[in-house]
Amino acid sequence: MPDEPADDLALELQAAGVAPPIGGGPVIGAADARLVDSDGPLPQSTAPTPSGAGTRVRIGDRIFTAMSTGAGIFIVVLVALVAIFLLWKAIPSIGDDKSNFLTSRIWSVGDNGESFGIAGLLWTTVLISLFAMVIAVPIAIGIALFITQYAPARLSKPVAYVIDLLAAIPSIIYGIWGIAVLAPHLSGAQRGISNVLGWIPLFKNRDTAVGTVFDGGVVLAIMILPIITSISREVFSRTPRQNVEAALALGATRWEMIQMAVLPYGRPGVVSGAMLGLGRALGETIAVTLIVATAGNGAPFDASLFGKGQTFAARIATGGDALFAHPGPFIAAGLVLFVLTFVVNAAARAVVSRKAVG
Amino acid sequence: MAIATETAGSTFGSISGKRKFKNNLATVLVTACLLVALIPLVWLLWTVVSKGLSDILKSNWWTSDQHNSRDWRVPGGGALHAIIGTVEQVALCSVISIPIGVLAAVYLVEYGRGRLRSVVTFMVDILTGVPSIVAALFIYAVFIIEFGADFAGVYASLALVLLMIPVIVRTTEEMLKLVPNELREASYALGVPKWKTIVKIVLPTAFSGILTGVVLGIARVAGETAPLLILVHYSATTNSNLLSGDQASLPLAIFDQFPNSSNQGSTENPFTHVKQITNNYASGRMWGFALTLILIVMVLNLIARLIARRSKVTN
Repeated sequence: MPDEPADDLALELQAAGVAPPIGGGPVIGAADARLVDSDGPLPQSTAPTPSGAGTRVRIGDRIFTAMSTGAGIFIVVLVALVAIFLLWKAIPSIGDDKSNFLTSRIWSVGDNGESFGIAGLLWTTVLISLFAMVIAVPIAIGIALFITQYAPARLSKPVAYVIDLLAAIPSIIYGIWGIAVLAPHLSGAQRGISNVLGWIPLFKNRDTAVGTVFDGGVVLAIMILPIITSISREVFSRTPRQNVEAALALGATRWEMIQMAVLPYGRPGVVSGAMLGLGRALGETIAVTLIVATAGNGAPFDASLFGKGQTFAARIATGGDALFAHPGPFIAAGLVLFVLTFVVNAAARAVVSRKAVG
Repeated sequence: MAIATETAGSTFGSISGKRKFKNNLATVLVTACLLVALIPLVWLLWTVVSKGLSDILKSNWWTSDQHNSRDWRVPGGGALHAIIGTVEQVALCSVISIPIGVLAAVYLVEYGRGRLRSVVTFMVDILTGVPSIVAALFIYAVFIIEFGADFAGVYASLALVLLMIPVIVRTTEEMLKLVPNELREASYALGVPKWKTIVKIVLPTAFSGILTGVVLGIARVAGETAPLLILVHYSATTNSNLLSGDQASLPLAIFDQFPNSSNQGSTENPFTHVKQITNNYASGRMWGFALTLILIVMVLNLIARLIARRSKVTN
């Protein structure tokens, strides 16, 4: 089975460049013998009759093909089931919804009827994710350029590893750190921005002390930084050498060379990396749940980054007893989130495959 | 590259001040980006270590649970119940995900062709992007709502399976592609059946790469919180039964101590409050659980790195 430890003998022989011994010679190890027994005829017996190889399929081959194909089909069925189950459970309760599902911002699910809408959730989810992207993408591009174009070869690998460490930290730890440690330090910056730009609804001062959409967005930006960096890094490092040298030969400075050769070549990769980061930000649950304070039910619409809010994922995660008693509305919210991330991820893949980079 | 830039400057006359300034500015900005990214990493790790260290160094941290020390006013307690829960849930998840993931990757690289192959590839992509809370909601809809099951650790494991499978498929697929075709052809030429070529030649050659992917997948799901929130209830006592009853895990333990770590110790919904976290016993335990979780995840990452270094196939 593939999940068993490897056979040391086979590994050593391959490392030495020796052809694999299985079935090839008279000496058959214990592990081989076991496998041969289950296979029925020895491989040698079929080798002299190549004409039969095409027609007769070995039992072992048949089983293994079926198992691996089955695993592939299992994944297809699994994803289909996720979509079907969410649709099946969500549609009836969207039908029973007493308010408009798309435009209402109320969320009242109780025994006397369900009245809910996703407008508020959608706004906060999209706002916080886009804000995180606006911060993360330029920094990620900068880091990717540093690793591929500026850092000496000795330094680039450790730096890349350190950035990847950011992805290894569990999101709940980002959550408790974000609200307990980082957010208090951000309130000054938020007041400053709203003092200058407060006339724009997006930057209106809401006097929310700690736990704003802004706080959540900054933490989300840190969380999606590694994925955008690693994909940008990948495409930048594949910039054709001739383009780089041609730019330098024309007397370009390093920055001009990056503008002429590296960035145009890497653009599709950066775009798809940013989209994958966006997909991750849209679905991030626990960090946002812990950081962003929830506005009261039916509170007036607040466009500001410095206000409160709740994302789809946070709404579902904090469902508690309501989720158990009335799952329909929450599953409907989950369905919208599923579709949203699906569209963003599919777009990211499309960008990559169109330009065939990476 | 650096040399080329300099010689270009000296041979063809000096670069105009504006261009030089732009170039230097870009260098400064790019380096600044890196520093900006390092600040949160160092800050976060320092916070967790400095606030959590004193708790995990206590003698009973690794040997007891929280059965009479859940309240923020009560000191002490340990993480044993949470470690047991996390290990069990992740182990069950791995036992299910690894064979499916590796076999699916074998299908994609060794057998798949035509339409089914592209459908499977596409679905793995979709599964990669499924938010953890949606995966949890699916398991919730099937088992809790449809089959009327009680909350238990096993359902958290099943939700984690959805998140782990794509990680394993992707890394295994990459590694299998790196196995040189000559090895397969040599094996076929000796009359070895295809399935045995895969089991005895291809998979062992890619073994350390696959193992790296598996360990990274385990590290990823060990820290997942969202599925645990809705599929299993936290228990302050040790419950090693995956199949029934409330069960603790490290992320849930952090989450449990989080609202308590505000001074009020209020039982109201913590999410509608502005949170004020000051020093109390729950706060120390929360950071202790966080440090324990980070240690586990970092050790797993380190293991993955060491295995990857020994890999026989590299690009």
